[in-house]
Amino acid sequence: MSEFKKIYGLWRREVTRYWREKSRIISSLIMPVLWLLVFGGGMRGMELSGTQSYQTFIFPGIVAMTLLFTSVWSGISVIWDREFGFWKEIMVAPVSRTSIVIGKALGSGTSALIQGSIMLPLAFLVGVHLSPLSFIILIPTMILISIGLVCIGLLIASIINSMEAFNFIMSLVIMPMFFTSGALFPLTSAPGWLKSFSHVNPLTYGVDALRWATFSQASSPLPIQVEFLILVLFAAAMIVACSYAFSLKK
Amino acid sequence: MRDLTNNPTKFAIETTNLTKKYGDLVAVDKLSLTIDYGEVFGLLGPNGAGKTTIISMLCTITNPTSGTATVNGFNILKQSANVRRSIGIVFQDPSIDDRLTGRENLQLHACLYDIPTELTRRRVAEVLNLVGLEDRADDPMRTYSGGMRRRLELARGLLHSPKVLFLDEPTLGLDPQTREHLWTYIENLSRSSEITIILTTHYMEEADRLCSRVAIIDYGKIKVVDTPANLKAALKGDVITVTTAQPEKLATRLTELKLTTYIDASKDTLRLTVSNAEKLIPRLIKITAEIGVEVSSVSVHHPTLNDVFLYYTGHEIRTEEAESLFRKYMMIGRPTR
Repeated sequence: MSEFKKIYGLWRREVTRYWREKSRIISSLIMPVLWLLVFGGGMRGMELSGTQSYQTFIFPGIVAMTLLFTSVWSGISVIWDREFGFWKEIMVAPVSRTSIVIGKALGSGTSALIQGSIMLPLAFLVGVHLSPLSFIILIPTMILISIGLVCIGLLIASIINSMEAFNFIMSLVIMPMFFTSGALFPLTSAPGWLKSFSHVNPLTYGVDALRWATFSQASSPLPIQVEFLILVLFAAAMIVACSYAFSLKK
Repeated sequence: MRDLTNNPTKFAIETTNLTKKYGDLVAVDKLSLTIDYGEVFGLLGPNGAGKTTIISMLCTITNPTSGTATVNGFNILKQSANVRRSIGIVFQDPSIDDRLTGRENLQLHACLYDIPTELTRRRVAEVLNLVGLEDRADDPMRTYSGGMRRRLELARGLLHSPKVLFLDEPTLGLDPQTREHLWTYIENLSRSSEITIILTTHYMEEADRLCSRVAIIDYGKIKVVDTPANLKAALKGDVITVTTAQPEKLATRLTELKLTTYIDASKDTLRLTVSNAEKLIPRLIKITAEIGVEVSSVSVHHPTLNDVFLYYTGHEIRTEEAESLFRKYMMIGRPTR
């Protein structure tokens, strides 16, 4: 029982911090809205094999992008915690490293979920008709995706020591994950090398799961159950990896 | 919270050859010491002496390279979870979340240390009252001053009623008035509870005022451990500082007469350690007249912990003056430890 309370404490801290910075909530919505309305709008004429318009097609991808940015950065924010000293308070407390990772992941996952949910009403602007059932499936899917992504941020934070690596992370981790995930184009017509990248990119399965939840049909040849299984395994493996990374003492 | 009082050891802290190396650098060198329950124990040393490393090992944040220690009866390597439950710590650097309010920081701490929910409200109120921050408890901590943050950290360290409290440079960088306040809180705390406090400091007056015993640490080694009063008494008296153009001549004569236990000379001053300065001064003046040494001033200084510190670490601090003519005088009367 007691570990739940510790996880709750850490979760609450994350959510409190997120909720208190309204300006950040707004500003981090600008990017996805630009992609969806401006980029998506400009590309509207693009022919897709299905019956969907391009804007409709990329909508789940843009939700995934919101989750990606919010989650990874939230994980990386541990670097700030370390820099401002707060991390020591957590590291010296009688809390298991796994609880710390889970607390952080759930807290950041919740923030990402709120951020992603703010995007959902935009669906109607771009001609996506979300059924109540879609909403219900989208929420746990978004949480699941976020947990794995937060842990990517946490792992990065456990390796690098300063925010000077900002551009490096952006161009070597976040953008490649975004571009090879199939968020912006169907992977079925992508060249072979790009497909290989997308197969090892966990976000690919996240984007597809969101697409399935939104349109009740996925674009990947893999059965949707397998995709969810991959997401669950990925999140679990990342929690284990992060717990290990944080248990290493100097 | 678990009951952490039922342990058989009689020491709050016991270290055995505790050692920490960073590559070739020996930060803590075979440290062996015991601290009783209820003590306010000071680790006194210059920056880089290894004080924070000692605290980090005792708090189980860092593993020792060799040797071991028990805190509140629990082994720091094998029972780190129990060690963590029974200690409180105020780090040298700030460790609060400044986006949260003071109360939220305390509530988070209560969750992390598994304080029962029904007890949390009462304990939070108690510790806020102790450090006088009730009025500001619901303000975000980024609006706090440095001293207020420090006080909240002290309150937080006490929230889960630890048996042992570590304070790493608790008043570093604070103004004199805030420092005075914090000292009063710490004094009240040790007087009114059973808590054992280990504090590191490089402020002599802080160690002198608060500590029941002090360990002087230099280059990762303990030079001496005793009560501040005994340490000062061990210097065997007062220090007379004589300003003169010929310190060498005077030093030679005084050494011949065996009037002093310790002489330290520099270009134009002579520091004598004597048992009773007031009585010796008339004789000193007479001697200077006899050998024709002109004295421009004489001052008397009763020992402080600062002198104790210089006394035990002095030869290291002044290595660059080792070629000095007066090196031979520096070793007179130095106790071997």
